[in-house]
Amino acid sequence: MTIFDIFTNQLLNGIVLGSFYALVALGYTMVFGVVKLLNFAHGELYMVGGFAGFLVLSFLAPFIGAGWFGVAVSMVFAMIAIGFLGVVIERVAYAPMLSAPRLSILITALAVSLVLQNGMLALTKGQYVPFGSALGFGGINLGKLFISYNQMILVSVAALLMLALEMFVSRTQYGRAMRAVAVDKDMSRLMGINVNAVIAVTFFLGSALAAAAGTMAGAFYGSLWYFMGFLIGLKAFTAAVIGGIGSIPGAMLGGLILGLLESFATQLDLRGMGIPFKVGSEWKDVFSFSVLILILVFKPTGLLGKSEQERM
Amino acid sequence: MTSDIILKLEGIASAYGKIDAVKGIDLEVARGQIVTLLGANGAGKTTTLKTISGIVRAKTGRVLFEGQDITSMPAHIIARAGVVHVPEGRHVLRGLSVRENLELGAFTVKDATLRRDRLDQVFAQFPILKTRANSDGSLLSGGEQQMLAIGRALMHGPKIMLLDEPSMGLAPKLVLETMKIVKRLNETGTTILLVEQNARLALKLAHFGYVLESGEIRLKGEASQLRSDPSIVQAYLGT
Repeated sequence: MTIFDIFTNQLLNGIVLGSFYALVALGYTMVFGVVKLLNFAHGELYMVGGFAGFLVLSFLAPFIGAGWFGVAVSMVFAMIAIGFLGVVIERVAYAPMLSAPRLSILITALAVSLVLQNGMLALTKGQYVPFGSALGFGGINLGKLFISYNQMILVSVAALLMLALEMFVSRTQYGRAMRAVAVDKDMSRLMGINVNAVIAVTFFLGSALAAAAGTMAGAFYGSLWYFMGFLIGLKAFTAAVIGGIGSIPGAMLGGLILGLLESFATQLDLRGMGIPFKVGSEWKDVFSFSVLILILVFKPTGLLGKSEQERM
Repeated sequence: MTSDIILKLEGIASAYGKIDAVKGIDLEVARGQIVTLLGANGAGKTTTLKTISGIVRAKTGRVLFEGQDITSMPAHIIARAGVVHVPEGRHVLRGLSVRENLELGAFTVKDATLRRDRLDQVFAQFPILKTRANSDGSLLSGGEQQMLAIGRALMHGPKIMLLDEPSMGLAPKLVLETMKIVKRLNETGTTILLVEQNARLALKLAHFGYVLESGEIRLKGEASQLRSDPSIVQAYLGT
């Protein structure tokens, strides 16, 4: 393999990984935007979303198969179910805490995360659960680069979902209302916007995107685990911070950057230059969280975030 | 003031945090008029407006809009009924363009044609907003932001507009310009409850006035009468 082959291969891997990060980061950033809450339970919604997709698929597979069509249909059902779960969590756990000190609601989010995680631990006894999808192994060769159909479909679906979200937020009245609520809740009320309804819709959309990522991850990697949401939750948080927390394009960009960074960093091999240093894939988390720390130190507003300023 | 009362406050008291800002006031606004609410800083003017629009909850008393009790309604329902509050400091939405700010003003207007007509009207009235339609609303100058705030309220199609300190922080020339806008709004049929620091200007525009002091109504009367009241002249108009 030449350097170029490695490069294109890792570029592809990075884009696939980045799509997952971006989908989950979007929910993080949207919720932070409207209620200024770091929803630490968000990674668990990805995990529960994966299991929801698995459940639907086990019911539907005899009728529609377990290929991409079956997975896509399961994904849609999982998105709706987890969307509502997100709304219920907001109503039950977060809404009563919104006027409490910030730390209280943060602790509540950790509690919700533990409940979901341990609930799934109890249900699955800590076992890996095979997703049961039957995706093909086909693909196309571009020179020495092999792109599987699965990778193509996954990235396209993720891109489509993000495009739909971006259109909703920037083009529709309700999307504008969502941005209004993020910057000024009282003014939004004065314009006749039902702020609680907007917050509910935000939780629904964010949670649904996490469920989409969870279902696709289950189908793509083949199995589910009760702890699978923990690390991706932290990574999505990192991606959201890189892009500028609260910014929707920022979350997409941050997710992609983080995916590429991890996939390239693990290829770093300095032995050819006489330095006995090679980074393996076990180092990728170190890279991600080092970037998180660097961003927090040098550019806390992220790449696309704006600092708050008033103007007379 | 016995004619058509669009807005009526009965014994309204409300607290802002732990401070009793408004201590039981009665107030009436007749349809088609400009009524001004005067008073020093901290007299309770802003809290009164916020209580009407539902941002601050009344502790006691009632707010009647077109005869209907709106005291305990959520703010967004009150806004939908046609009570449009343009708050102090204008609150232009950061990160949204001038056009988006205006379009959100018509959030409750479902008819797209009506929304477009209103947008055209606002652009005709404030051409500067049309020129700057695509720039971020928070990047406008203070005077332009005030026009945007008023334009946004017009998009809503208000039955009554609650205007809080529209001239605050503006250059003297723009203050006069703003007052002309308020007058024109009223002449085209909008009822206005105007809170203003600049009592002299406000009383020139208004039909009726109330003077608040430490959360209570100290004086009320026809604007022309208040203008010539020696105690008002001394306390609020200066020289």
